[in-house]
Amino acid sequence: MTDGSPAAAIPPRPRSARLAVAPEAWIVLALAAMPFVLLQTGGSVDTAIRILIWGLFGLGFDILFGYAGLLSFGQAAFFGAGGFVAAYLLISGAVSSVLMATLIGITVAMALSVLVGWVSLRRVGIYFSMITFAIGELAHFMQNSVLSRWTGGDNGLPGVPYPRFKVGERLVEIAPGWGMYVMLALIFVATFWFARRLVQSPFGHVLNAMRINPDRTLAVGHHLQRYKMAALVVSAAYSGLAGAMLGVFQSYIGPDAVSLETSSQVVMQTVIGGVRTLVGPLVGAAIWIFLRDVLQQIPGIGGAWKLILGALFVLAVTVMRRGIVGEIRHWHLQRTARAAASAAPVRPAAISPAAEKVQPIRANPATARIAPGADAPVAIEARDIRMQFGGLVALEQVNLAVRSGEIMGLIGPNGAGKSTLFKIMTGELRPTAGDVVFGERVITGIGVREACRIGVSKSYQIVQVYPELTARENLYVPILARQRGAFRFDVLRTLRGNPAMEEEVERALRVMELHERCDVMVSEMAYGEKRRLEIAIALATEPQVLLLDEPLAGLSPAERVQVVQVIRHAAEGRTVLIVEHDMDAVFELADRITMLHMGRNLITGTPAEIRDNAAVHTAYLGARDERPAA
Amino acid sequence: MPPTGLILSQVFHGLVLGGMLALVGSGLTIILGTLGLVNFAHGAFFTFAAYAGWIVYEQTGSYLVALVLGSLLTCALGLVIERSLISRFYQRPHEDQILLTFGLGIVITEALRWQFGGVGKTMPVPELLAGALRVGPIIYPEYRLAVFGIAALALLGCYLLLYHSRLGLIVRAAIEDTVMVRMLGLRASRIRSMVFGLGVLAVGVAGVALGPIVSIYPDVGARFMVHSFVVVVIGGLGSFPGAILGGFVAGQIQTLTSIFDPAYSDLMLFLVMVIILAVRPRGLLGVEGRQ
Repeated sequence: MTDGSPAAAIPPRPRSARLAVAPEAWIVLALAAMPFVLLQTGGSVDTAIRILIWGLFGLGFDILFGYAGLLSFGQAAFFGAGGFVAAYLLISGAVSSVLMATLIGITVAMALSVLVGWVSLRRVGIYFSMITFAIGELAHFMQNSVLSRWTGGDNGLPGVPYPRFKVGERLVEIAPGWGMYVMLALIFVATFWFARRLVQSPFGHVLNAMRINPDRTLAVGHHLQRYKMAALVVSAAYSGLAGAMLGVFQSYIGPDAVSLETSSQVVMQTVIGGVRTLVGPLVGAAIWIFLRDVLQQIPGIGGAWKLILGALFVLAVTVMRRGIVGEIRHWHLQRTARAAASAAPVRPAAISPAAEKVQPIRANPATARIAPGADAPVAIEARDIRMQFGGLVALEQVNLAVRSGEIMGLIGPNGAGKSTLFKIMTGELRPTAGDVVFGERVITGIGVREACRIGVSKSYQIVQVYPELTARENLYVPILARQRGAFRFDVLRTLRGNPAMEEEVERALRVMELHERCDVMVSEMAYGEKRRLEIAIALATEPQVLLLDEPLAGLSPAERVQVVQVIRHAAEGRTVLIVEHDMDAVFELADRITMLHMGRNLITGTPAEIRDNAAVHTAYLGARDERPAA
Repeated sequence: MPPTGLILSQVFHGLVLGGMLALVGSGLTIILGTLGLVNFAHGAFFTFAAYAGWIVYEQTGSYLVALVLGSLLTCALGLVIERSLISRFYQRPHEDQILLTFGLGIVITEALRWQFGGVGKTMPVPELLAGALRVGPIIYPEYRLAVFGIAALALLGCYLLLYHSRLGLIVRAAIEDTVMVRMLGLRASRIRSMVFGLGVLAVGVAGVALGPIVSIYPDVGARFMVHSFVVVVIGGLGSFPGAILGGFVAGQIQTLTSIFDPAYSDLMLFLVMVIILAVRPRGLLGVEGRQ
């Protein structure tokens, strides 16, 4: 969805124990220094407090947009919900503790986000941004009309008390100024820590994968809707907290808290500071609030402060696409990568030399296999499939039964309906008539995610990998689905250092001869490597039935030999259905072959039978005594 | 129950408002359906048109010149922006396009605010249409009828251009298959610019025409943009007939709710949008499968 969005994904890298505490330590240092810098440059402690509140707000937005890829223009609804609920509770005297009121405010914001998610997450992309934009405005109208009895309408709610704590016998009040700055800085560090743990957790990895390639992430078994909802609820919790803090700091919450201005400001600050960096929003907020305060004091251009910030934002979107923090980090990573490259010996070749030593596929008795007999049970079967798209009948009366443990080839000229049949067999497409049976179960149209869960997986004709991640991180995605199920909110676990998973990834990479390239970004890989990774992802879901859609398309002869070996390896203990135009490979690999022609079954038989069949030759080459094939 | 006369007059009023919303929504949906891009600067173009019309009127004193020149100036601004920036973003993810157009919208709006201040400007109603017309029990300002006429004419123009012209045929073909259109020797980039220009022209006409009715201030467009989003979501993303239907539905919802309490008119509109999304996510006339 956002493959090329402003900031490239910076995958979490394993850190040494010494560095593991670094991010928060740096934040503490920066937050300790910030007020002094501001005081020197014409700001105040209040400026610093505002920056923290907006940075807090932005943390949640960065998780939502940067990681989950959901661009919301309605965050003010949650910000305002937290702010107004906490303020109302405190002013009305219903709740006397600021902490309790804030917690209730956060809860209400989260509950509201579930409703918003229910409406807006049904459609993604454009829809989500438009609907959240409209919902943000709706919240604004409601504050002003239906809810004005509680929110004070245009006047807002003045008189929010400052937090009070009992320390021993003394009652300490935290008023704006240094005390409140320290309190908010502590809250920021704690919530930053949580956000960082979240994005480096298995949950965060799935969010990242979902953003980069939603279709594949769904296909390997993740419940995308729940992940999106979870990201939205987390962002609402951050927004609600920030809103409540704004009320406490100002002793007032006004209608501007739920305005479009507020929603757009958090978007702009995050993009300027750097999406997918977590610190970016804080940096963006600092620039925004500092510039606003400074520019407004300059006569002549004071009225243009937002024009200047708007131009800065357009600059961040067009030229400086990673944002300030993102660009600095990118520059730093590139520099260290260059240093490492010049220090390292010659890079391993894209194709390992081992591939060259592999014997030609035909003369390899070691891998000869015994085909399962005719009495082997049927693993997956398509029965009387008919598929009609409008007036076009793509498939008519198609039957296909793949026996357990066999490799079956599916051939046919272009347009024969092979890919359509594949989509039907993986539950992605519901046929007009007919059924797909897997074992005992009818799986017609159950959807790719469910099909994957019960053991039917597909490798795509067009490579569907995660270009912004390394090969290792690519393989985490299917393995996480298998280990954790369709959804899990395991935000405090770490993705790395799970020995069972690492071992599995290692094994998968070795089978595909990708182990030497495991930490290379996939976007930098050769096509043959991506193709092997594509198959590896499908295999990592541990399917009983593996469907391969043109796995050899576009490969060089050497790569082709390698991938054929890989398929042979993958087929051990599995049922494989393979669509391929490379006839030599199909005749070599398959135990049986079935041929589709113009949407119908033409023939099914052993490779030898197919090779000698006249109808097959006619279908592929055309013949004088028949109508030419379309 | 409110008196029949009031209801009738509000229905009529809703028709006029609906016409305008349909026009603003069409501008958005033509760009969205053809280029796959949500123009988050749509509201800013509306504001720009209102100011442009006002300035031209102040200079020339002719309402007609203001309408023509004002909307053409808006269209020109749209074309310049499309050629220089937006055209580089067609291959980029939707989120990037939204961020870019949103940012451009802010720059346009803020530039206007800087230049003309935040206080509203008023554009007078042309003298010729200053009176009111009596139809049965309804007394209605003539200018608002003229606005409805302008909206209807502009929509008709869009319809003819999209469905009964060579350009329209190419545009509709380009929606289906950009690569093929390019291979046939047609310049896709020029077609994109034309479509973008047409969408901005539609909102430009609406901006100038509504100038004498609404107060002209920098944030006037933002309100219309939110409404046009609702219109397009109700009607179906990218559907031209959907935007027209959505516009009239939205107009009626707003004016009929106003009979009871004007404060709830926006609320009701959003509520209907949410209900439609829940019951029929693709919108009233939207096509399944297209984003």
